[in-house]
Amino acid sequence: MRGLSFDVAHLLAGGLVLVSFMQLYQDRLSALLNMFALHALVLTLSVAWQAYIQDAPHLYVTALIALVFKAIVIPIALHRIIVRLGIHREIDKVVGVGATMLLGMGLVALSMVVMLRVTADADPLAREDLAFALAVVLLGLLMMVTRRNAVSQVVGFMSIENGLVLAATGAKGMPLVVEISIAFSVLIAFIVIGIFLFRIRERFDTVDVQALDRFRGERS
Amino acid sequence: MMLTLALSCIAGLLALSVLAVASGRSPVTMRIVYGASLAASLVLLILATTHLLGAQAPASVTLPLGLPWVGAHFRIDVLGAFFLAVVDLGAAAASLFALGYGRHDQEPERVLPFYPLFLAGMNLVVLADDAFTFLVSWEFMSLTSWGLVIAHHRVSDNLRAGYVYLVMASLGTLTLLLAFGLLAGPEGNYTFAQIRDGHPSPAVGALVLILVLIGAGSKAGLVPLHAWLPLAHPAAPSHVSALMSGVMTKVAVYGFVRVVLDLLGPPMWWWSVVVLTLGGITCVMGVLYALMQNDLKRLLAYSTVENIGVIFIGLGLALAFKAYGMTAAAALALTAGLLHVFNHSVFKSLLFFGSGAVLTATGERDMERLGGLIHRMPQTAFVFLVGCAAISALPPLNGFISEWLTFQAILLSPELPSWGLKFLVPAVGALLAMSAALAAACFVKAFGVTFLGRPRTPAAEQAHEVDTLSLAAMFCLATICLAVGILPGLFMDALAPVADLLVGDRMPMQRGVEWLSIVPITDSRSSYNGLLVFVFTLLSGSLAAFAIHRLASDKLRRAPAWDCGYPDASPATQYTADSFAQPIRRVFGTLVFRAREHGDMPAPGDMRPARLVVDLRDLIWEALYAPAATAVTNVSERLNRLQFLTIRQYLSLVFGALITLLLVLAIWP
Repeated sequence: MRGLSFDVAHLLAGGLVLVSFMQLYQDRLSALLNMFALHALVLTLSVAWQAYIQDAPHLYVTALIALVFKAIVIPIALHRIIVRLGIHREIDKVVGVGATMLLGMGLVALSMVVMLRVTADADPLAREDLAFALAVVLLGLLMMVTRRNAVSQVVGFMSIENGLVLAATGAKGMPLVVEISIAFSVLIAFIVIGIFLFRIRERFDTVDVQALDRFRGERS
Repeated sequence: MMLTLALSCIAGLLALSVLAVASGRSPVTMRIVYGASLAASLVLLILATTHLLGAQAPASVTLPLGLPWVGAHFRIDVLGAFFLAVVDLGAAAASLFALGYGRHDQEPERVLPFYPLFLAGMNLVVLADDAFTFLVSWEFMSLTSWGLVIAHHRVSDNLRAGYVYLVMASLGTLTLLLAFGLLAGPEGNYTFAQIRDGHPSPAVGALVLILVLIGAGSKAGLVPLHAWLPLAHPAAPSHVSALMSGVMTKVAVYGFVRVVLDLLGPPMWWWSVVVLTLGGITCVMGVLYALMQNDLKRLLAYSTVENIGVIFIGLGLALAFKAYGMTAAAALALTAGLLHVFNHSVFKSLLFFGSGAVLTATGERDMERLGGLIHRMPQTAFVFLVGCAAISALPPLNGFISEWLTFQAILLSPELPSWGLKFLVPAVGALLAMSAALAAACFVKAFGVTFLGRPRTPAAEQAHEVDTLSLAAMFCLATICLAVGILPGLFMDALAPVADLLVGDRMPMQRGVEWLSIVPITDSRSSYNGLLVFVFTLLSGSLAAFAIHRLASDKLRRAPAWDCGYPDASPATQYTADSFAQPIRRVFGTLVFRAREHGDMPAPGDMRPARLVVDLRDLIWEALYAPAATAVTNVSERLNRLQFLTIRQYLSLVFGALITLLLVLAIWP
């Protein structure tokens, strides 16, 4: 049981990192949103597995929240937004795919090196989990930095959020209150950013954040 | 018990400022605020004096304030009690003076709320017993005094003075913060008792010494960190100038003594080299700057710089002797330094009160626009003269005692084993002697130009004597000057427990010496009797006066001075402050200030008068402060670009910082 539970948890956390890479690779917005839904789905599975092996039923609630909001509600809502804005076929890239992937691999290596060194005497399951979570967070940040479209930045932000949830569930005894608050904060962020997108669209006829910079009289 | 009472007095001072804010600018408020400050400082003075004279055991109190896991520790020991007495003597005198002087304040609502807070801040610094409380009180003292410096913000240059002061005060607090951080160590031992137990390594000790020298030295006015002092001290109302110059600089000295002689453990011999060198330079530079000034309050502020130099010479000698285990000599040097702390607080407050009285009476600070005030303000002139004589270290007044004791300590330097110190200390002694002489010249100028001769402006001609309360404050301080001069043994004995605490030895008791003499080392070496000098001065002076009046000029008459045939000589033809300083400016100023004189002759046919123009340059400002200011401006202009990045660039900055930190963590061994 010990070996199997560890392997499955490892597999799911590693899967999350893999999906993060897939997100990085996608340069069309609708495909990116699908990848994000997959990301949230893998997270849900991972959290549920943690709930099972830790024998912590409240983590099922967390998994459910992740499934409903992150894997279903938010991707659908964002799909609708980009369709309404007419940008679902748009290509969004600042840095080339190859360079981004190389950078991402470097980040994963870095998070492994840091985490495995720092948590040398921790539970092996938590160690691996934390290392993967840090990798997911860094990859989400990388996406925010390398994309120029506001929707992609929202997706990057929520991947960071997924990484945090992964880290939180990997450690035993994380209270549910925090989970709910985190989920709600993401929801609120999503609403705010959604409104923000429409406002940008109304004003500047584009969701490209460079328009904001142009508006401030700056060159990007 | 006593400490609780002291803290309640301080709390009362804090409450007083709330009252001052609430009740605005009525004259009654002024009387209440200054009256209550006077009462509180008198109570604190009595508490401190009984503690010091009784050499009582330290008492401490912990209040549940400040950092939750540390609390606010307060403690009174003999060192704290001595400085508490210095602070509250000055505070009491300033409050009494302000009861009269404050009536002339145009905007009392800008001064009244800060005044009791400032007093409370200074009291809290000397009572603090952990690093956190100390730093908070220190910064509190700085900020409230800053509020007082810019009280008259409409006067040009006062805002700039406040700005320079704020920058220097922040720098000082920053370095003190770092010093206490080093002392507390990685375990975070913030209470002074824990710091005392943990002996830092020599490297850490040296670093702490340098940081404290910068932090406390900038507040005290050590050259080259003195730049704010002559700007800020004169800018405040005069009773606050007296407090800042006479008392707050002493609180800074307290900070230095507390850290270096108490918390830091046994000193290294070379620490004294740093302190002595800085002290010597401060002495001479301070008095030279003072000689070049024509603004009475600024002259006094620069003279404070000089006296801080004298104090630091005493402390440096104490460090040197203590490092070599010569505890008796260390006790002598420390007593000299601390006695000068007390003396300077008394006579500098007195002189600033005098300048405040002159300012009230004439509205002028520029000595070139004063003159002849001795006829219109005889009592102020008398006490100002006492203050001038005391600060010029003339016997039988108090300034002489402490400088003489400092010289006694310097004369012990040949017994030091280190050759470097054997050469350095006499050199510092020469600097001290020179600065004492120059200080006398400086105060001859200050008194002579301001009070003697003929009035140079109508304002000086129509001056009136100031009110009784202001005069009472000045007479009290003048009496203390004389009392310390005549009964120095009493005050030196009072300092014995402090010396015991800090260097582990005390000077020989002076109480048993006959005829009120003092014998700092042994009978065979040197002794001094203030009473004898006083009686001799009094007798010979009266006798001479009697003889002159009786035998030479029993028919006193006033007549116009011989005017060389030019009628209506203008008062401007008198000896001026500039002309008085000219010989010294020629000797030292050409080197120290790059002083240049040139005649400004009008072209033929031009009706304007010819002028003699003197150019002085402040080399310390130009070499140290101006480049620092330019560098800061340049860097901030470069960094200003960070305000105008795109969202993605900001995110990249965060990302880059995170990655860099993770890399450091990964590579760190």
